[in-house]
Amino acid sequence: MDGAERQLLMDERDVTRALARMAREIVERNRGVGALSLVGIQRRGVQLAARIADEIERAEGQRPPVGTLDITLYRDDLTTIGPRPVLGETRLPDGGIDGRAIVIVDDVCYTGRTVRAALDELADFGRPARILLCVLVDRGGRELPIHPDITGRAVDAANLQRVEVLVPEIDGKLAVELITAAGTR
Amino acid sequence: MPATPFLGKDLVGLAPLDGTQIRAILDTAEQFKEISERAIKKVPVLRGKTIVNLFFEASTRTRISFEFAEKRLSADTVNITSSGSSVQKGETLVDTARNLEAMRIDMVVIRHPSSGAASFLADRIPSNVVNAGDGRHEHPTQALLDLLTIRDHLGRIEGVKVCIIGDILHSRVARSNLWGLMRLGAEVAVCGPHTLLPAAIEELGVTVFPHIEDAIAWADALNVLRLQLERMHAGFVPSLREYNRVFGVTRERVERAARDLVILHPGPMNRGVEIDSDVADGPHSVILDQVTNGVAVRMAVLYLLAGGVPERAEAAKHEG
Repeated sequence: MDGAERQLLMDERDVTRALARMAREIVERNRGVGALSLVGIQRRGVQLAARIADEIERAEGQRPPVGTLDITLYRDDLTTIGPRPVLGETRLPDGGIDGRAIVIVDDVCYTGRTVRAALDELADFGRPARILLCVLVDRGGRELPIHPDITGRAVDAANLQRVEVLVPEIDGKLAVELITAAGTR
Repeated sequence: MPATPFLGKDLVGLAPLDGTQIRAILDTAEQFKEISERAIKKVPVLRGKTIVNLFFEASTRTRISFEFAEKRLSADTVNITSSGSSVQKGETLVDTARNLEAMRIDMVVIRHPSSGAASFLADRIPSNVVNAGDGRHEHPTQALLDLLTIRDHLGRIEGVKVCIIGDILHSRVARSNLWGLMRLGAEVAVCGPHTLLPAAIEELGVTVFPHIEDAIAWADALNVLRLQLERMHAGFVPSLREYNRVFGVTRERVERAARDLVILHPGPMNRGVEIDSDVADGPHSVILDQVTNGVAVRMAVLYLLAGGVPERAEAAKHEG
């Protein structure tokens, strides 16, 4: 890939362990699975949310409802980046979001703008009792006052570097990689 | 360097689009359907954009459908019809548009009785122009919603046999459907009185059925066009009753079909002329699904025209 350097930050076992711990933290903070619903942000937050739901089910014997959210239409930069021609599916978790404890699941937290958009979109659907933010990688670089409640791993990435979460359903493996473009080191 | 927008600046017709672009519109529309099912039927994606609906010809469905699409994307909209505007005082199309431009608009949706009006306007103003029907030329969003409805019901468009029935000669709906269906690999046929078929239409690779029974036996989907009664004084068909007897889509004919048919009609219907009420309200009819899909398709078109740089959008996935 045009001389870009990929550095492995987390392998499959690291990611699996992190997701298991995040699942436990979610349940602990929520004091059980009651009223808990997960919402994965398109695209890779969706697969991570499903894996966290699996972990919760394994530990608690009860699977929280899982939904998906595509925040493309809520982005604040349509005119600068242009629309994506193919939107992902937005589907609320069974039971809706009113009065529920919603956990937003995303792969990487960077500027915070995706989360801002997700909060706006959720507000258009209803009024959750509370919303938590859960991300696999917090890479810093926030442009908004947003902070994850539950984090898999905090990484200090430079502006020109990219953190990529890979999931088997899309990328063929479960891992986290740090990508440094050629000539920026 | 300005990037090339995904659909270009305007949507004047389906003829200039390729299969990838048409498929992308349908896939985008697929995701927009869900917004109209929400309790709050609104997303902020076109917030702050001003859209003018410039309708120089009567329309209920198309105009309202565009207006719903615009409002559900949070755009600000203004409707202008030829009656009650300066058009009646003799203002030209370009002058009307330039005056609107001077008030800083972003998009124009235009319906006009003259073929080519949409592209004429698109070449002269910097706003995005969407053709909502121009003369006998094209009605691209109607064809897109027909394609989406066929795909919903038959699962695909490639290889599907679609027969367009009726007044092909005067029909912009037929023309846009022909382009769209052929781009996506459907088999296309037409059926209608010889006086209402364009000369040498076979050269486009379209089958012509002189008898409606043969068309129904062949087709997976029928798109039944409105007989444009306002043009019938020119003697294209002897009488409405005769038209119904020879070309009408009647229950008896549909029941004799070899397989389950999907029956479309762009509206407004002349019940008892090109289509019988039994069929229009029957199990094969998807006419109201077309209307529902119309809003989603128009949302997709407006959304893709508003920004339209998929290559750069790709990079946005890694922000966040």
